[in-house]
Amino acid sequence: MEQILPPFFKHGPAPLVRLLLCSLLSIALLITDARYKYLGGTRQVIALTLYPLQRLANAPGVLAVHLSEFFITRGMLRTENDRLAEQHLHDAATLQKYRALELENAHLRELLGIRGHYSTGIAAAEIVYSEHDPFIKKIVIDKGAQQQIKAGQPVIDQAGLIGQVTRLYPWLAEVTLITDKQHMVSVQNLRNSQRAVLAGHGADGQLELKFIPLNADFQVGDQLVTSGIDGIYPAGLPVAVVVDVERNPAELFARIICKPLAGVANHTQVLILDIDNTTPPRPPQEENPDSVKKKNKDK
Amino acid sequence: MSQRTAKSREVITPVRTTFIIASLLIALLMNLLPWPQSIIKVVPDFVSLTVLYWCLHQPRRFGFTAAWLLGLLMDVANGTLFGQHALAYSVLAYAGIVLHRRVLRFTMRDQILHVIPLLLMTDLIVLAVRIIVGTELPGISYFAGSFVGGLLWPAASYLLTLPQRLKPHSEYV
Repeated sequence: MEQILPPFFKHGPAPLVRLLLCSLLSIALLITDARYKYLGGTRQVIALTLYPLQRLANAPGVLAVHLSEFFITRGMLRTENDRLAEQHLHDAATLQKYRALELENAHLRELLGIRGHYSTGIAAAEIVYSEHDPFIKKIVIDKGAQQQIKAGQPVIDQAGLIGQVTRLYPWLAEVTLITDKQHMVSVQNLRNSQRAVLAGHGADGQLELKFIPLNADFQVGDQLVTSGIDGIYPAGLPVAVVVDVERNPAELFARIICKPLAGVANHTQVLILDIDNTTPPRPPQEENPDSVKKKNKDK
Repeated sequence: MSQRTAKSREVITPVRTTFIIASLLIALLMNLLPWPQSIIKVVPDFVSLTVLYWCLHQPRRFGFTAAWLLGLLMDVANGTLFGQHALAYSVLAYAGIVLHRRVLRFTMRDQILHVIPLLLMTDLIVLAVRIIVGTELPGISYFAGSFVGGLLWPAASYLLTLPQRLKPHSEYV
């Protein structure tokens, strides 16, 4: 008699062994992803399988919007139409002024030999969902690699800068918000053109100016716009407004808290700006002083 | 007590694999729903709740592989580092499979008291990975989802056994 176990006793490896196996695999994945960033392709494939679910999850919201559009009344349409007409008049005046300024600016730039780098390519996108994760300040929008979106493009809404495209999927893109802890923007103060680096604060949705000396001229209410120095964001996009300045003489730097101007936490429509990286290449780095010393020693 | 045991041993038909898969898909869908920012902190992780349910109720049908793969899906959906949810769900599956003989003997209230620490453990593993990689601490409200998840356990148990109750076995009726 050969010993055939009834299926009831067939267990495979013990749970602990399986747990160890799974954990090791997970940790290996974690290290690969965190250190070597090899897993972009795998992520894309899994994201593709998730795509229908993501659209489905978003469907109730979209349906609600469509329904509310359907049940709109004539009176509401009229008032909105009036408001828009008025707005249009107002905008037209501003636009004319802007066109004149743009012409003048282009002319002046030509004179100075500076290339204009404020591009006009714009794509509108809708937010599919924000991450279900309190750690991360990221959103997912409904335009992706198929729509010629590229990683690194700035994303804005009508009020100001929201963030930057950081990860691409075929039909979706992940946008890191400016409030993300890992995110920095090079900004300047609109009042006195002082440059600074604006970093996200993470959980509380605020921003902080980094490494500002105690005596620097920043006041509550100052508006910060992108400076364009980082080569990522075009210059002049409104970013944030200073809400709190704390100068503690015991510390090296002033603590300057800012509030984002764009509705970073609540919006459904965003614009993706196109940038052509026309920043001239960096001048070659000078030799490291350490290596110079070593060479001298070798001699 | 005897009545309760009798109830918990209520005759149910064997669960279908398609139902397990469907329940997991729905859980994933609920995680992906665009929850309003105001309540997102108390929204539980439906996938971990469902994984725990199947590990406790069907430890021979559902196990590490499925839990691990679901973890990967969650990592991609959240755009987080690959493997942190996979790791957390694997440990959760292990706890579920090891404890399945014990937990289901208890009354529903005591089951909740088992489920909440298990869900908290899952959150803690994700948090630990995060801290090693380096982020700020999320604050105590981060764990609120686990408590809500624990309180949803009776509802989840009821819903997930529903299709098995619909057709009582004629022999036992």
